[in-house]
Amino acid sequence: MKIAYTGEMDQRPCKEVLGATIEKIVTEDENAIYLDADLMSCAGTLKWGKQNPDRAIDCGIAESNMAGVAAGLAVAGYRPIIHSFGPFASRRCYDQIFLSGGYGKNDITVIGTDPGVTAAMNGGTHMPFEDVALYSVLPGSTVIDVSDPTCLVSVLKQCVYRPGVKYIRVGRKQMARVYEDGTELPIGKAVTLREGTDAVVFAAGIMLHEAMQAALSLEKQGVSVAVVDCFTIKPLDTEAVLAWAKKTGAVVVAENANRHGGLYTAVLEALAEGCPVPAACVAVEDEFGEVGTQGYLQKRFGLTAAHIEAQVKAVVARKRAK
Amino acid sequence: MELTEKKALQAFAIRIRMALVEAIHSIGSGHVGGALSIADVLAVLYGREMNVRPEDPQWPDRDYLVVSKGHAGPAVYGTLALKGYFPYEELKTLNQGGTRLPSHCDRNKTPGIDVTTGSLGQGTSQAAGLALGNRLKGRKNRVFLIVGDGELDEGQCWEAFAFAAAHKLSNLAVLIDWNKKQLDGRVDEVLPLGNIAAKMEAFGFDAVQVDGGDVEAIAAALERTRQGGDKPYAIVLDAVKGHGIAEAENTEMNHSMPINDERYARWMGELQADLAALEG
Ligand SMILES: Cc1ncc(C[n+]2csc(CCOP(=O)(O)OP(=O)(O)O)c2C)c(N)n1
Repeated sequence: MKIAYTGEMDQRPCKEVLGATIEKIVTEDENAIYLDADLMSCAGTLKWGKQNPDRAIDCGIAESNMAGVAAGLAVAGYRPIIHSFGPFASRRCYDQIFLSGGYGKNDITVIGTDPGVTAAMNGGTHMPFEDVALYSVLPGSTVIDVSDPTCLVSVLKQCVYRPGVKYIRVGRKQMARVYEDGTELPIGKAVTLREGTDAVVFAAGIMLHEAMQAALSLEKQGVSVAVVDCFTIKPLDTEAVLAWAKKTGAVVVAENANRHGGLYTAVLEALAEGCPVPAACVAVEDEFGEVGTQGYLQKRFGLTAAHIEAQVKAVVARKRAK
Repeated sequence: MELTEKKALQAFAIRIRMALVEAIHSIGSGHVGGALSIADVLAVLYGREMNVRPEDPQWPDRDYLVVSKGHAGPAVYGTLALKGYFPYEELKTLNQGGTRLPSHCDRNKTPGIDVTTGSLGQGTSQAAGLALGNRLKGRKNRVFLIVGDGELDEGQCWEAFAFAAAHKLSNLAVLIDWNKKQLDGRVDEVLPLGNIAAKMEAFGFDAVQVDGGDVEAIAAALERTRQGGDKPYAIVLDAVKGHGIAEAENTEMNHSMPINDERYARWMGELQADLAALEG
């Protein structure tokens, strides 16, 4: 495990890494197959896909049909990977994923791009804050919020060979680099990016960078904060969550999603059953999305390092007041 | 149609193109191809066919427009601004934080937008419900629905069409923007649709096909839909993605295109020239 976080962007846009990884997996395994719903251009797979129409199937703008077709391909012995934008890879095809996929025991890997505020210019209709919650209540599912391009490569390979329905949410642009290239990140294992004693921040996806920035700033103010990458939202690494909760006694969860039904809910469940300590979240307060730059939207929905800093101070104060 | 009216509609279509280029340029890039391809039908709808009151956008007896291919928002906003629903200058707030003009049509944000769309397919069922509701309320108005050809991949469209025919919604006119392209390329390569007019006919519609760039032909087809009867109407618009700006038309992958300052100046110059040629 090599952590490479400096606050700098990883030079590879996630779209390129996504396209190359799908191509590699499908090329190397004759049983892997990739389906898209008229968004190959956005997954970085268009050129290769057009040349390999038996391995990369463009289903047209028909996400629920694509999900059902993927389940059928699984019955026929394939390991399907399907992609659309987050809202259409979750809400739009949910019953087909749930029944033909999960309930029917047909293993499908679902990639939903542009999660939460990263949908930016596409606006509220394209901005999933609920995808995590939807996939979390599907029995036996795996839910991943990708931390950086290296994480994407590692989890995508694992997901294809993992039973059940797997949902990976990932943006298409650049992300802050967190891990050294080639690092493998076992699904289900949270990663401690930074140790600390006063509080812990459990973060995922784009919020990891915000959490690290908040921790650096708090350090200068004499507050010692641990930061843990919870890229696997389900199954949550309960052991790591409880260990850090015990050690610090104050918890903040940072996620680019609705506060209900996502990482915060998962962490609170673990804390309530194993180590009830003061907790708070930096997440979307039960709102729909809207249009704007990602920077504007992070401020608008309270998803910045400054918001994390404020919540850390608040939970630390609650801990001390106990 | 009188020549003066024809020229006025053509000029309106050019002004819609200028307005959408203005809007998209202000934010740098956007859904250029599919916005340009519906400028002509929007000109005929708002310039002639639809009964609306820009000063009272919520007037219940108005004719309604559902733009199910919600990503063509900028073309609709351009039209609405030209009709006086909101100031023209506001077009430059497209996609800015806090704007009333988001990339996809939103009825809760923009004066004159009747139905929220953006998840393709969903405008079709809403349009059917709206037409049914208007009829049940005893209103004499009509509902116009613009659908993309790629969008017809969504099964929901066909569920809505079957419903509209079953309920004999002759107050509904479905306008299909058959511009032959979707996001990943040509409709015929991604998911061929066959003969769309014949399919609509088979679904119980009164269907015709017209040149989607010919305002006179569009006007005639829309006029036909006034006659009521017991079938919903479908007009297949034989259109070109990016229509009206040569460079946009000739770009193969023209779903989303950047409009930088240089391109903006060039395109606006071309549209100005088209307008001058028309209006003398
Ligand atoms: C349900 C859904 N899936 C995918 C998208 C992403 N998307 C936006 S536009 C588009 C292509 C639309 O093609 P078409 O309907 O032909 O519109 P046009 O070519 O006229 O722009 C796609 C796939 C979406 N908006 N909604």
